[in-house]
Amino acid sequence: MRLTRRSFLKVSGAATAGLVLGGLDVDLAPVKAHAQMLRTRYAKETTTICCYCAVGCGAIVHTSLKGDGRVINVEGDPDHVINRGALCSKGAALSQLSENENRLTRPMYRAPYSEEWTAVSWDWALDEIAKRVQTTRDATFTEKNAKGQVVNRTTAIASLGSSAMDNEECWIYQALMRSIGLVYIEHQARI
Amino acid sequence: MTNHWIDIKNSDCILIMGSNAAENHPISFKYVTEAQLQGAKLISVDPRFTRTSSKADIYAPIRSGTDIAFLGGMIKYILDNDLYHKEYVAHYTNASFLVNPDFKFEDGLFSGYDAEKRSYDKTTWQFQKDDKGVPKRDLSLEDPQCVFRLLKKHYGRYSPDKVSEITGTPADSLAKIYEAYAATGAPEKAGTIMYAMGWTQHTVGGQNIRTMAMIQLLLGNMGVAGGGVNALRGESNVQGSTDHCLLWHIWPGYLKIPRASDDSLEAYNRRCTPSTNDPLSANWWGNYPKYSVSLLKSFFGEKGTLENDFGYSWMPRVDDGEPYSWLDIFDAMYDGKLKGLFAWGMNPACSGANAGKSRQAMGKLDWMVNVNLFDNETGSFWQGPDMDPSEIKTEVFMLPACVSVEKEGSITNSGRWMQWRYQGPRPLGDSRPDGDIIVDLGERIKRAYEKGGVFPEPVVNLKWDYATNGKYDPHQVAKEINGYFLEDVTIKDQVYKKGTLVPSFAFLQADGSTSSGNWLYCNSYTEKGNMAARRGGEDAPNNIGLYPEFAWCWPVNRRIIYNRASVDLAGRPWNPDRWVVRFEGEVEDGKHAKGKWTGDVPDGGWPPMRNPDGTARDDSKYPFIMIAHGHGQIYGPGRADGPFPEHYEPLECPVEKNLMNAQRMNPTAPVFKTAADAFATCDPRFPFVCTTYRVSEHWQTGLMTRPQPWLMELQPQVFVEMSEELAELKGIGNGDRVQVASARGSLECTAIVTKRLKPLQVAGTLIHEVGIPYNYGWRWPRNGKEDSANLLTPAAGDPNTRIPETKAFMVNVTKIRKEGGAA
Repeated sequence: MRLTRRSFLKVSGAATAGLVLGGLDVDLAPVKAHAQMLRTRYAKETTTICCYCAVGCGAIVHTSLKGDGRVINVEGDPDHVINRGALCSKGAALSQLSENENRLTRPMYRAPYSEEWTAVSWDWALDEIAKRVQTTRDATFTEKNAKGQVVNRTTAIASLGSSAMDNEECWIYQALMRSIGLVYIEHQARI
Repeated sequence: MTNHWIDIKNSDCILIMGSNAAENHPISFKYVTEAQLQGAKLISVDPRFTRTSSKADIYAPIRSGTDIAFLGGMIKYILDNDLYHKEYVAHYTNASFLVNPDFKFEDGLFSGYDAEKRSYDKTTWQFQKDDKGVPKRDLSLEDPQCVFRLLKKHYGRYSPDKVSEITGTPADSLAKIYEAYAATGAPEKAGTIMYAMGWTQHTVGGQNIRTMAMIQLLLGNMGVAGGGVNALRGESNVQGSTDHCLLWHIWPGYLKIPRASDDSLEAYNRRCTPSTNDPLSANWWGNYPKYSVSLLKSFFGEKGTLENDFGYSWMPRVDDGEPYSWLDIFDAMYDGKLKGLFAWGMNPACSGANAGKSRQAMGKLDWMVNVNLFDNETGSFWQGPDMDPSEIKTEVFMLPACVSVEKEGSITNSGRWMQWRYQGPRPLGDSRPDGDIIVDLGERIKRAYEKGGVFPEPVVNLKWDYATNGKYDPHQVAKEINGYFLEDVTIKDQVYKKGTLVPSFAFLQADGSTSSGNWLYCNSYTEKGNMAARRGGEDAPNNIGLYPEFAWCWPVNRRIIYNRASVDLAGRPWNPDRWVVRFEGEVEDGKHAKGKWTGDVPDGGWPPMRNPDGTARDDSKYPFIMIAHGHGQIYGPGRADGPFPEHYEPLECPVEKNLMNAQRMNPTAPVFKTAADAFATCDPRFPFVCTTYRVSEHWQTGLMTRPQPWLMELQPQVFVEMSEELAELKGIGNGDRVQVASARGSLECTAIVTKRLKPLQVAGTLIHEVGIPYNYGWRWPRNGKEDSANLLTPAAGDPNTRIPETKAFMVNVTKIRKEGGAA
């Protein structure tokens, strides 16, 4: 029987619940005690897949159960069959992506000819964007092309993005953009 | 990837060309190393001696933009030395097909060229057909019009001397590499290619990859463990975003965008559904209407009915023959033809070719929506270098998206594995998941159109029930992508109840009784649960690293595509030690009586082409099921620039003439003509070849790495690498600040003088090449010195993909004197 670190922890956990360990030809006692001492108590563990390149390495995110509820550690997932716990320099720095003082944390608006950003509410921003979409689409909507063929589109709005979104987000995003009549829909895969 | 990351360990020979896996896909190298430990050879071909090269058994330099010449020479070597996989080539590829006798290749042009339109009429490229409409074949490969003979003739011109003269690769290195790689033509051997943007980003990008695909077919390397054509995709979900088709020319699942001439669903399906008269061809795309109708049912739900073509007429259509790609968008934007832009989760002010043109174009918009984790060069373009905010009218809405660990959903890796991620912390501050923002914005737009507006039907009727308790719910969407039975459906005597999830795409219907947002993902979220969330660590019985119960991959969890080409005609693996699938069962009188495929999910369950006694079976299918004729395409009559790849020089190059033919550059490549699209080829002002790449510590334009302290400390600034010879020629020392300029823009860099680059002998002249990572931009760090290498690159592209040529262009490099001004 081959034991990875995590499956070992599971087995040792089961042993403490009173189950008999059969077929293991190693003496687990001292290691078991050590593993119990290291058991994570103040953080939630979730698995993730690295958000950088497309190798698809697994990582474990530890989120604090106390205080601000932020990420306190990210490490390679030893049970992930591709990376087996390893991460590259970017993957190893994943916690600095979520816990980063440079992140945008509220919607911002830059008015025409302005030299600065203004913080705005989500409600205001999304309502204003919806208005821009409708105004532009309705003013430029092409029902028929120069040959008189039905095309039902607008070429005055374009969308770029994103392979940084989840599959489910990509799907609803393209559905929304196509329903508005966009044909200028592109993203990272084109470049 | 036709194969997947772990499968690289099964290879006997790994060619890394057009990519730098050790630095840009570091964990993939685990499997490269594992293969090497088992005796595999690693070959690295790159203009620069990279960390991948440092691990290679054979390294050779190449001048950027000459890969077709390099690989064309390999085709010649394989054919001259009879090293191709005979049975595979004759039976599984179109090498035996007879081509129209009017097909010609002269002066670098294939027959049918229209110089004014810069495109081909492909009529003469097609196959000869018999009276049933099936392509004529000569399995002996002797007919002078068969693909195999035409291939020999075409690549007979790619002699080692000529190839060396074009590429700058020394002839002895070519010989070593050709010999090592062609050895995988032995039936039990497997060779693989790992490529990335070093191949795609050229005016011949599509044909770079096709040339290698042809080599893989000649050597019998498609469908086998340790083989395949493997694109190392660069973003965590660029495979998924491509599958769901955030691209102008395709709908989810690689369905085609409707054209203006497709005036009904019937006309659209007719154009898009290929047919075959060969009973042995599966022609899987013959199922097209099932997938297109199921997609429309996912778009419009109950509002799409048989009577209204399931809402087909509400969908936008493109003009026939017109492109709407990235390059075309920025060209139209530069001309002031666009009003609004969504830059959602990307950074076009740094990422696209000719970034200066893109930034100017953004100033002509009325409004822009920029959704990102960080402020970036796109959202803040109006306050970037050389911009005067008081003259820029563009309104910008910058919306904070949350980080992936703060939300739930799936992404698909380069090996087509769909993997589920879970939420750790809540989104920081007021940031939100992209899904929340999309659902919320969609609801607001729908509400607006419910009150009225131009042609409101598609907006109002769009099915938009993806929120649970007022929040975006990724499970709801994942199920819609998989698809539902919309009424009770009986298939092979079994009733599938209305409202249940469809088990796989074989069950999808063209009558509106099923939905599926993406047929390729049908089977990913079924009544058995969320397949992408699986964590099973057991390997399959063939023990080649498939891990079939870990996550899920498209299509139908098939880990190696075209895997029925991994067996001989009787269903026996070419390599019994590393078999992918094999046909097992009872044999009666020399015939397969009962039996089934074991191992990976086979490319269709039909029995093998032949019985154990060698007799042919009429209930089998050719292995390349996605191609109408069922055969791997050594000859590609659908390409824009020719059925055989041909060497053409990049738009900007250091040689006056193409040594291979009379056309200097790809005669079908799109070139743009605005004031911002200056080009300079063989121009003494820009004498050096330049290419771009990435560093391990940064990712793409650097937006998700430059704001991070650890990674910035490791790779703090943009640099240009150059050879010691060039540095001496230009009086540049290691660490000097230099200016790199092209016909379009310039960039200040720190010089790295290195042995990793060497001048190359090209056409009797010494050619210098330099390289710059494109991971930088002015916004992070904001010191007035950093910017994007894409300020230098040209907006010209490949005629098939319209991917820009950012990997080969011409520059000058000059030392910046402390007193100020360039030397």
